[in-house]
Amino acid sequence: MELNIIWFVLLTVLFGGYVVLDGFDLGVGMIHLGLKSDLERRTSLNAIGPVWDANEVWLITAGGALFAAFPDVYATVFSGFYTAFMLFLLVIIGRAISIEFRGKVESDKWKKTWDFIFCLSSYLIVLLLGVSLGNIITGIPIYQDKEYAGTFFTLLNPYAVMTGITAVLLIRMHGKIFLAVKTEGEIQQRVAKGINSSLILFVIAYIFHGAWTIILYPGVIKNFVAFPVWFILPAFIILSIIVIPGFINSQLYFRAFVASCTIIAFCIAIAAIDIYPNLVISNPNPENSLTIFNASSSQKTLMTMLIIACIGLPLMFIYKIFVYRIFRGKVKLDNMSY
Amino acid sequence: MLDAVLLSRIQFGITAGFHFLYPPMSIGLGLLLVFMEYRYLKTKDKIYEQITKFFIKVFALIFGVGVATGVVMEFEFGTNWATYSRYVGDIFGSPLAAEALFAFFLESTFLGLLIFGWNKVSPKVHFFSTIMVALGATMSAFWIIAANSWMNTPAGYKLVTNVVNGVQVERAVITDFWAMVFNPSTIERFGHVISASWLTGAFLVLSISAYWLRKKIDVEHAKATMKMALILALFASLTQLFTGHHSGVGVYKRQPAKLAAYEGHFKTAPGNLYTFGWVDEKNQKVTGVNLPGFLSFMIYFDTKKPLIGLNDVPPVERPGKPPVKENPPVQLVFQTYHLMVTLGLIMIGLSLIGLLYLFLGKLFKTKWLLALFVPAFILPHIANMSGWIATEVARQPWAVQDILLTREAVSKVVTANQVWFSLIMFTVIYLILGTLFVYLMIKKIKQGPASVA
Repeated sequence: MELNIIWFVLLTVLFGGYVVLDGFDLGVGMIHLGLKSDLERRTSLNAIGPVWDANEVWLITAGGALFAAFPDVYATVFSGFYTAFMLFLLVIIGRAISIEFRGKVESDKWKKTWDFIFCLSSYLIVLLLGVSLGNIITGIPIYQDKEYAGTFFTLLNPYAVMTGITAVLLIRMHGKIFLAVKTEGEIQQRVAKGINSSLILFVIAYIFHGAWTIILYPGVIKNFVAFPVWFILPAFIILSIIVIPGFINSQLYFRAFVASCTIIAFCIAIAAIDIYPNLVISNPNPENSLTIFNASSSQKTLMTMLIIACIGLPLMFIYKIFVYRIFRGKVKLDNMSY
Repeated sequence: MLDAVLLSRIQFGITAGFHFLYPPMSIGLGLLLVFMEYRYLKTKDKIYEQITKFFIKVFALIFGVGVATGVVMEFEFGTNWATYSRYVGDIFGSPLAAEALFAFFLESTFLGLLIFGWNKVSPKVHFFSTIMVALGATMSAFWIIAANSWMNTPAGYKLVTNVVNGVQVERAVITDFWAMVFNPSTIERFGHVISASWLTGAFLVLSISAYWLRKKIDVEHAKATMKMALILALFASLTQLFTGHHSGVGVYKRQPAKLAAYEGHFKTAPGNLYTFGWVDEKNQKVTGVNLPGFLSFMIYFDTKKPLIGLNDVPPVERPGKPPVKENPPVQLVFQTYHLMVTLGLIMIGLSLIGLLYLFLGKLFKTKWLLALFVPAFILPHIANMSGWIATEVARQPWAVQDILLTREAVSKVVTANQVWFSLIMFTVIYLILGTLFVYLMIKKIKQGPASVA
């Protein structure tokens, strides 16, 4: 049974890693239309250029791990949220293609079209993921046979939409901070100036969302009350929020970025603790919930997968850090750039 | 009847088919990139530097579309085939997760260095990343082929029944991971797909080189790339013949109905090898040019030995379920299979002629041969698509051979209307994407490799 818990943790790490990493790619996409010159837009694209694809792979890995470890959850969620997932696929294709195709033709109209698609798809990706997360936290109708019992519009309930909006605001700030780290001169100044206001917008949404969660769905704090050590997570989030303006004003952008990563990672962790040991809460009929115990693969598969992860993940970290280190520092455009 | 099952099948065919235009090019071109960069490192020749940098950009374009269309595939098992996912998830999910953990992370991380790192790292480190990308792409093919092979020749599993909320739910669980990964058809199918990919990459570069030679664009570069493309083309097309034959023998052993469908072999008798023909499914006859007894010869080295006919493949018994005796659509399978084989033989021929003329020193001046090579990039693509249609349609009505029917595998909660929506969405998007891709490729090719600074 410990394997089921380990895989719950690993999935949280994979999904959380995705949001932190691809989060800055998506955040950069969100502010893309706010950059006005071709040079600035190329700069921001090349800031994420060498790493965005590998960052997206974290989502693929999380999906693959979900399929392997909790196939009932993969099946229920992916088929139940069918239309939402198809829209998600549409925009994730759009984001990838816009990055790759944008610089290939020397035409204003061509570039502006892809700039728009890049920006819009970035927003929609985060919105859809946030809406999904909101539904996971509060629960969705599930039949006795584990299948989804709602419709597409069930997913667009106000709480889920609010979760989506909060996510968008957080990721937007995250992208701005990343860009402040990677750029210099005028573009850095302009991006950095907007960070504190983005932070305030996020904090307002976050407080509102948090209050809404606890008031309407008080069950989410039961794991925190049972194990108060987990209160360290929201404590660190508050701490990270507090230090960001100071770092920004002192131009310590990398430290602000670390704080932003912490906020995102710990938000995902809190969501995981909110729902544990469920993966898909059934609301109504909580007895139909899919848990890490009733929706998992066999122990043999969980063990085999753990071994695979123990080999693959450390390897991945090694070469990922190797590549990130090569691309550290400010973006410099050359003949191999987008 | 256009119900959710048929629509989901069509959608899977379209999304998988469109996706599979790109990974073979990535794998084949990836291998050629390793050769190109190796020659540059050895000779320090500017021509090889330019060739390498040029094809890195081509590679990036291909890889990008491959990734974009590939995400769809991972999701589609869950969205449209949720019952399949529940039933075999214990088994099928692992190779997919392994593919992501090992291959996708490797290739995508080093892709950053491959594309953006030329001026940032030493030539040796850059060459290492080229190798890692090519390796990652190849490893990715291994895991997905292992998973797909398991659907055809399942192994290392057992069926268990659990009670979920008072209902009996059956699923397959793993008993032996290595037996599952290296199930009876994995190696031969992996070999066949990899040599198909090398062939696809080789013919892509061959076509581009021929185009440059005909238009007199960067002729010295074109000669170098044409040489390496031809050598890979011959090697890959011969390997393809070998792996194809091996696969065919394996298919007869483990999926006799499939081979019978490939050759329109309805009645048990010595098998004839058709070069081309027309299948009359109603009267169970094939009319065409054939080598009598040669199918039996290829399997048993005995032209007189009878092969099981489609009619005599025993019904499949599954405990608690009615026996299944359904034939796949024979005409479609027969035609696509033979198209694939014919194209394979043509590609061997083209490679041989090309190398012969190269050896005689006449290749770069022989206009008709170059003209033949320019559109030849399409041949492996048609062969790939035909081969996949043949093998996966001939597996019908099974999603997992003899275990789970396709019509049992579809998502329970997804309506036909929902699938119409996504099917139309993908068709439109992929038409646009495909057009843009071709446009950008042609634009890039016309610039020629010397245009890279």
